[in-house]
Amino acid sequence: MSDKEPLFSKKNLQLLSDPLNSSNPITVQVLGICSALAVTAQLKPSVVMSLSVVAVLAFANVIISLLRNTIPNRIRIIVQLVVIAALVILVDQVLKAFVYDVSKQLSVFVGLIITNCIIMGRLEAFALGNKPWPSFLDGIGNAAGYGAILIIVGFVRELFGSGSIWGYKVIPASWYIENGGFYANNGMMILPPMALITVGIIIWVQRSRNRKLIED
Amino acid sequence: MKALRNFFEKTKPHVQKGAKYHWLHSTHDSFFTLAFVQKNTSKSGTHIHDYIDLKRTMGIVVLALVPALLMGMFNVGYQHFGALGQLETTGFFDIFLFGLLKVLPVIIVSYVVGLGIEFIFAQIRGHEVNEGFLVSGMLIPLVMPINTPLWMIGVATAFAVIIGKEVFGGTGMNIWNPALVARAFLFFAYPAQMSGDSVWISASGIGQMADGFTGATPMAEAALGNTDLNAWNAFIGLIPGSIGETSTLAILIGAAILILTGIGNWKIMLSTVLGGVFMGVLLNIFAVNAYMAMPFWEHLIIGGFAFGAVFMATDPVSAAQTEKGKWIYGFLIGVLAILIRVVNPAYPEGMMLAILLMNTFAPLIDHYIIQGNIKRRLKRVQQSA
Repeated sequence: MSDKEPLFSKKNLQLLSDPLNSSNPITVQVLGICSALAVTAQLKPSVVMSLSVVAVLAFANVIISLLRNTIPNRIRIIVQLVVIAALVILVDQVLKAFVYDVSKQLSVFVGLIITNCIIMGRLEAFALGNKPWPSFLDGIGNAAGYGAILIIVGFVRELFGSGSIWGYKVIPASWYIENGGFYANNGMMILPPMALITVGIIIWVQRSRNRKLIED
Repeated sequence: MKALRNFFEKTKPHVQKGAKYHWLHSTHDSFFTLAFVQKNTSKSGTHIHDYIDLKRTMGIVVLALVPALLMGMFNVGYQHFGALGQLETTGFFDIFLFGLLKVLPVIIVSYVVGLGIEFIFAQIRGHEVNEGFLVSGMLIPLVMPINTPLWMIGVATAFAVIIGKEVFGGTGMNIWNPALVARAFLFFAYPAQMSGDSVWISASGIGQMADGFTGATPMAEAALGNTDLNAWNAFIGLIPGSIGETSTLAILIGAAILILTGIGNWKIMLSTVLGGVFMGVLLNIFAVNAYMAMPFWEHLIIGGFAFGAVFMATDPVSAAQTEKGKWIYGFLIGVLAILIRVVNPAYPEGMMLAILLMNTFAPLIDHYIIQGNIKRRLKRVQQSA
């Protein structure tokens, strides 16, 4: 084919980069909020959760895209769910095998990736109508957009809520009030409401930088 | 005064559109209108200009807060020397001076942080600086325990101004009372510094407390079943508590100022008290423990009930706007405050949560009052037609 486009054409690169900014799943499409609030109390689970979603979404997109011409339209949702569920179980088992403590922390939220709106949304909106390679990039891009927000929120919440990053204490122990200092961890950062407020602030900053996103 | 006016006149050309310091124009404006009454007149149509603008309204509220503030300062010293067991040997003036020096930094932090953020936002948005913070900046110190670290006051003030107010569009657009947002933020973020028995009394210089002295508030005592209350002290304000909330007498003076000038809404104050009395009597009737059996009127003089009813619930922005709605809004604040206080052991003070909750529901109350009014009038039209 003469009109075969290169693997990383401009259009394909946009599939990767758009979800990071102007069509971010969390801050613009407002999908997947539930898990973004629940697992981001610390950085480590946020990162693991992001990687899990990257794996699930990328491969689900590819598989559905490969099957797209054979799936009967009327039962497509069920087929999508089977594919996602199979991948989520795989991810869950891998997490249990290699990072058991984080998998304990994430508990039910790994299983709930199945119901994450971002995944169903991308399968419906993109994979069903596109070839495997663009679908793969789209999956990576959207999951990365989701993950980026999770990691920012997780970073902020762990730093101010627990005084640590990735489990390592970064605020000197002598600063704390118990040890005669002046500092105390912000207990509200541990609670989900503060995650919502943090996401809200990210949305605010993003929209004041990128004014096209402001709705009337 | 003349020199000040000359200064404003002289600097004015430099901040006008196109001039070098135009970016400072909202700062210039705000200081000018703070010092002088504006003489602007309308260019078209007939308008009546009242000298009572937002700045003067806010000024009167701050004035109404002064009795509670002074009494709070005195009480800070009184509790401190009481804890030391040195009340008899310390003069009135020394007691007050101690409180003054303790409270002043809190007020300064609150105003510097809050006004700083307000000015920054006004400059960025090109608005005039709003005066709403003049009252919030005074309310925030008054609802804090005296031992709260200053940086926490700063963080809470920043949170209240940015998240409580600016994200909604600034003064007049906020859903919740900013001062209560600041307090709620600290209450959930730093519970150890905001509740318990050791935060209400200024600790600096206390080696050992006098025998039998406890720093618990009357509410914390009552929650433990110890409902002996020196009602006169509670009314005058010589009990442990947040800086401005202890003296019911001083708050009543403030309430009188607000009601006489027509700035505070008496309906909200009255209905809040009625709600509190209603719930208190109800609990008295069905009392199964000592706290529930505590005479209903004592609820009105301990904790932040009076302060909340007079200065917080009546905040014209976050309260209900319809006349009927104000009764419902106030009444439910009173009911919820006493209910949370007595029934929920996790929250010794219910006033903050009750007001924030009803702030949230105020638009809903207004909506149904207005809808009801429209329906009633539609019916009348249909009947007469």
